[in-house]
Amino acid sequence: MKKIILYLILIVTGLMTIAPFLWMISASFMYDGHASVYPPRFLPDIFTTIQYERLFSRIDLTKNFFNSLFLSVTVTVISLFLNSMAGYAFAKYRFGGKEKLFKFLLSSMIIPAQVTMLPLFLMLKNLGLINTYFAIIIPGLANIFGIFLIKQYVMSIPDSLIEAARIEGASEFQIYSKIILPLATPILITLAIFTFLGTWNDFLWPLISLSDNSMYTLPVALANLMGEHTKDPELMMAGSVITIIPVMVVFVALQKYYIKGIMLGSVKG
Amino acid sequence: MVELMNNKNLKYSAMLFLSPALLAIFAFFFLPVLAAFVMSFTDFDIYSLNHLWRVRFIGFENYKKLLDDPVFWKSLFNTFYYVIIAGPLSVIVSLCAALMLNSKLIKFKAIFRLTYFMPVVTTLVAVAIVWRFIYHPRFGLFNYLLGFLGIDPVDWLGDPDYAMPAIIIMTVWKNFGYNMIIFIAGLQNIPEYLYEAAILDGANKFQLFRNITLPMLAPTMLFVGIVTMIGFFQIFTEPYVMTQGGPLDSTLSIVLYMYREGFRWWNMGYSASIAFVLFIIIFLGTIIQFKFQKRIFG
Repeated sequence: MKKIILYLILIVTGLMTIAPFLWMISASFMYDGHASVYPPRFLPDIFTTIQYERLFSRIDLTKNFFNSLFLSVTVTVISLFLNSMAGYAFAKYRFGGKEKLFKFLLSSMIIPAQVTMLPLFLMLKNLGLINTYFAIIIPGLANIFGIFLIKQYVMSIPDSLIEAARIEGASEFQIYSKIILPLATPILITLAIFTFLGTWNDFLWPLISLSDNSMYTLPVALANLMGEHTKDPELMMAGSVITIIPVMVVFVALQKYYIKGIMLGSVKG
Repeated sequence: MVELMNNKNLKYSAMLFLSPALLAIFAFFFLPVLAAFVMSFTDFDIYSLNHLWRVRFIGFENYKKLLDDPVFWKSLFNTFYYVIIAGPLSVIVSLCAALMLNSKLIKFKAIFRLTYFMPVVTTLVAVAIVWRFIYHPRFGLFNYLLGFLGIDPVDWLGDPDYAMPAIIIMTVWKNFGYNMIIFIAGLQNIPEYLYEAAILDGANKFQLFRNITLPMLAPTMLFVGIVTMIGFFQIFTEPYVMTQGGPLDSTLSIVLYMYREGFRWWNMGYSASIAFVLFIIIFLGTIIQFKFQKRIFG
């Protein structure tokens, strides 16, 4: 009996969690006006892909999709490289003030990113980089959480492996690239997912730093489109599907790593 | 001597590994934080944008102006309203979900976990747009479902009394899966023998929860509390997409006000002072949580 109640609550919660997504997908395959009915429909009465065709032809969301994809991949690759080097140095090298520096970095994580945005905007504007891909890439080059995550993981790699490689005459960079990186692959995947999703989903900074429709990432393009199409749920749902599906695919495929990352990140705050 | 050389080389390597990331973080995070602090004491506005020499130091004028700015107070009130309700609410929902999924009676845990977590990874802008239609007073899914409970349709996003609750409900839906995962990890770390011993002593379910689960979850609770609070104070996208801060500024958040002042009207000095007030609030909130939770859990 208790078991049944528990399952019932879990299933109802599950339904409430996915209902918005189901309605989103369903409405995205409807003709104009067909989603504005009472009671709400969970299946299109007449199935159509016209909303998607409009998005990719007339409204040209293709460019925005490409922007999001390119920026997310680029930021992920670059920051993974920088963060992993720094995380490795914090985990395995000894130098004066290391602990203090690391603590300082960690505690500065409570500074909200919004504080940096005004000067960052001016800085990039003076460099002529506002409304370019660099405006997104540069602030994403490295981040403290990423360094923290890598450091936590690399600390568990035995020192003896590194010492042995040194005796064999491996250079420090070779140790990093040939020993540390392969062994740290799980955490690199985790951090890659975090960064990819974070960049893909980010809104405020792209909204500030990109000013042309053709430069917009998907979320900015979508919010902009919403301004003109407040009465077109079908079209907006198709846009939402296009924005959400890639992150869902990445997440479902790699969820094991993602969830491990959250747990590791929460071990020590 | 060789040892010393070696040590020096290692330090040099460490610096090489560290410097790219640290330089980037310094140049594009710490430097802007300092610059924002300085900016908050200037009259940086649209005329200064192309003529930096026009910028003047005006001391605490921006902060004084904030004290007399009813819109700022409104945004402050709204943000606190949001954080104080949505924060605990989402933590409680997360904890309940974690407790249920940690139960031995339940199978298919992975599927439930995946489902509950789905909203967390999805793009906030897209989700906010979906919910904007879900809250539609006539055709929306939300009012339709409430109808079964006998509740009359509500103009969720159009009524100043209901717009913030609507955003809070959506936030809980979007975020509870994240803390749920952290709670599950925390629950799994509680050693089984604690419960077994207590049961032998005749403890009931509630006592187990009150005297073992909660105290053992204290570190997790502190982490979850702080991270949630920091994140929630920065609310921006939900009101931007769903209500534009309206109706009647009832969902105007601190960050949305900062964005408007800074990037719509280019009152960047004023905007910087808003950003710093936000920082101070988050800083104080973090300290208070540390103290408060220490007192409760010892």
